[in-house]
Amino acid sequence: MFKRVYVWQLPVRFYHWLNALCILVLAVTGILIAHPPALSSASEASFSYWFGVNRFIHFATAYVFLFNFAFRIYWGFVGNQYSDWHNFLPFRRAQFREVGKVLRVDILQAVDKPVHAVGHNALAYFTYFAMFLVFVFQVVSGFAMYASMSDFWFPQLFAWAVPLFGGDFAIRQWHYLATWFFILFTVVHVYLVFYHDYVEGHGVMSSMVGGWKFLPKDEAPPAKPATPASGATAGATKSP
Amino acid sequence: MNAFATPPRAKGQTLWEEMQARGVDRRDFVKFCAWMGAFLGLEASGVAQVVKALETKKRLPVVWLHFQECTCCSESFIRSSHPIVADILLDQVSLDYTETLQAAAGHQAEECLHKTMKEHRGEYLLMVEGSVPTADDGIHCVIAGRTALDIAREAADGAKAIIAWGNCACAGCVQAASPNPTSATPIDKVVTGKPVIKVQGCPPIAEVMAGVIVHLLTFDRIPQLDALGRPKAFYSRRVHDTCYRRPYYDAGLFVESFDDENARRGYCLYKMGCRGPTTYNACGTMRWNAGVSYPIQSGHGCIGCSEAKFWDNGPFYQRLASFPGFGIETTADTVGMAVGAATVAGAAAHAILTNIRKHHAIGEQAGESAADEAPPPAVDPHPEQRKED
Repeated sequence: MFKRVYVWQLPVRFYHWLNALCILVLAVTGILIAHPPALSSASEASFSYWFGVNRFIHFATAYVFLFNFAFRIYWGFVGNQYSDWHNFLPFRRAQFREVGKVLRVDILQAVDKPVHAVGHNALAYFTYFAMFLVFVFQVVSGFAMYASMSDFWFPQLFAWAVPLFGGDFAIRQWHYLATWFFILFTVVHVYLVFYHDYVEGHGVMSSMVGGWKFLPKDEAPPAKPATPASGATAGATKSP
Repeated sequence: MNAFATPPRAKGQTLWEEMQARGVDRRDFVKFCAWMGAFLGLEASGVAQVVKALETKKRLPVVWLHFQECTCCSESFIRSSHPIVADILLDQVSLDYTETLQAAAGHQAEECLHKTMKEHRGEYLLMVEGSVPTADDGIHCVIAGRTALDIAREAADGAKAIIAWGNCACAGCVQAASPNPTSATPIDKVVTGKPVIKVQGCPPIAEVMAGVIVHLLTFDRIPQLDALGRPKAFYSRRVHDTCYRRPYYDAGLFVESFDDENARRGYCLYKMGCRGPTTYNACGTMRWNAGVSYPIQSGHGCIGCSEAKFWDNGPFYQRLASFPGFGIETTADTVGMAVGAATVAGAAAHAILTNIRKHHAIGEQAGESAADEAPPPAVDPHPEQRKED
């Protein structure tokens, strides 16, 4: 009655976990930069450099985060139908209908007919797109602040953002505020993965490890999945 | 030093001739040029250029306007540790036009202003101290019956370039702080088509002000500016990057309160709200009052006076500014914690709701038992589920 469907390709899974690790490291080091703990040893400054190292980790991880993100965008063009970029943008009325359905079924729990999306459901795709926008904001604001500390040409590409915000102070404030988005996102994201796995048992949680989901046979896509080129219209299966 | 003791002087003198008339010897003159060359970051050969320029170039016609401000820029300038330029320039502007120092008053002063603007049209340097109020047709700052807005536009029209002195002219400073009742506006927002050099700070460092003028005299062009219009020679580095306490920052050694042992040891003031990491200025290298000290050296964090909106980015003793609309003590963290707690509570409530509303869908479903040998006949994987309308 259940059928195994290969949903998340290896590059997508790799992206997901590297991204999760980057966000964890960036959030922890970032919060440490904002709120350094009181280590009031009476030592000389020359014996210690932990805060400098902390900042170095933050900056180095930012590069990994950025290029990992860039890779995911690339994969949106060459990956399978579930990772295709069309899914993330609102093109079709059906996507909005699905959002409404997900809200009624999963959030308000007013309707009991489950939404069996093979990839993400439409609401999730849109949420991830909003998250991508926050990624872009964090990359731009972060590298803009970093530009004046670096001689490397790459961060200079973002220096234009400083006058846009009026100065480093404002940009730092927003960069910090956006960190809270990631914290809140993680709470909701992890909870919903538990929720879906618990209620539907399609293996959502393990799908990001092995790539496979389990779907009712009648709702699973045909054995030969559509080619990536046709992914635009095959984002999610429809519940009857 | 005294800007008011003006010796008589012939028209069209060079700066060097004026200095000689004031009793400055050659040695002091060259020393001054070397100082300026160093401040501007010129190479050794550049000093000769400075000397030559001050020897040969005619005095600069200057109109120095004061709008909504406290005159601290002028005060800073006349207290320069290398006051030759300040002296000459202020002697001169006291003859041309500057509200604070001019000898003339009333109609005579207005006449001086218009004479300079007419005779040196296209050549004179317009220096502006203070912001321009634009609310209520600009009536909040009126000089000689005309609004600051009007005067600024007229003076800018014939100016070669504009120097915006201090945070007021560059970004509005305290008058533009929320709620900005007079709509105080920086000079570059009210005039168009003229290059504006923003010499930021509240006030700017005297040597920086002199340096910008010497640069204009020497090279006859606008110094290289950063993205916010400030001369790069003085505003390309953060106070943080030139701070002598920086090693304590990198070592993670911070002052936790102004009266603790760490403050006595001179640790980094980052956690006391120091704005050094987000402020671009030359305080760390040039310092104030002939290099005696600067705020951080005196044990107080930087308040970021060379950055726009520094009054609104308060409180000064907090690293994070207060979150707009939630009161002065509320930071992004307070808001974040509240929303985070609400999110966790929401997830918990949802989890409880799920167990009530979807209990029939959770766990083993009919036909899924391992004991069932036969393949399930059901097409519907959720036979128990009811469709609700």
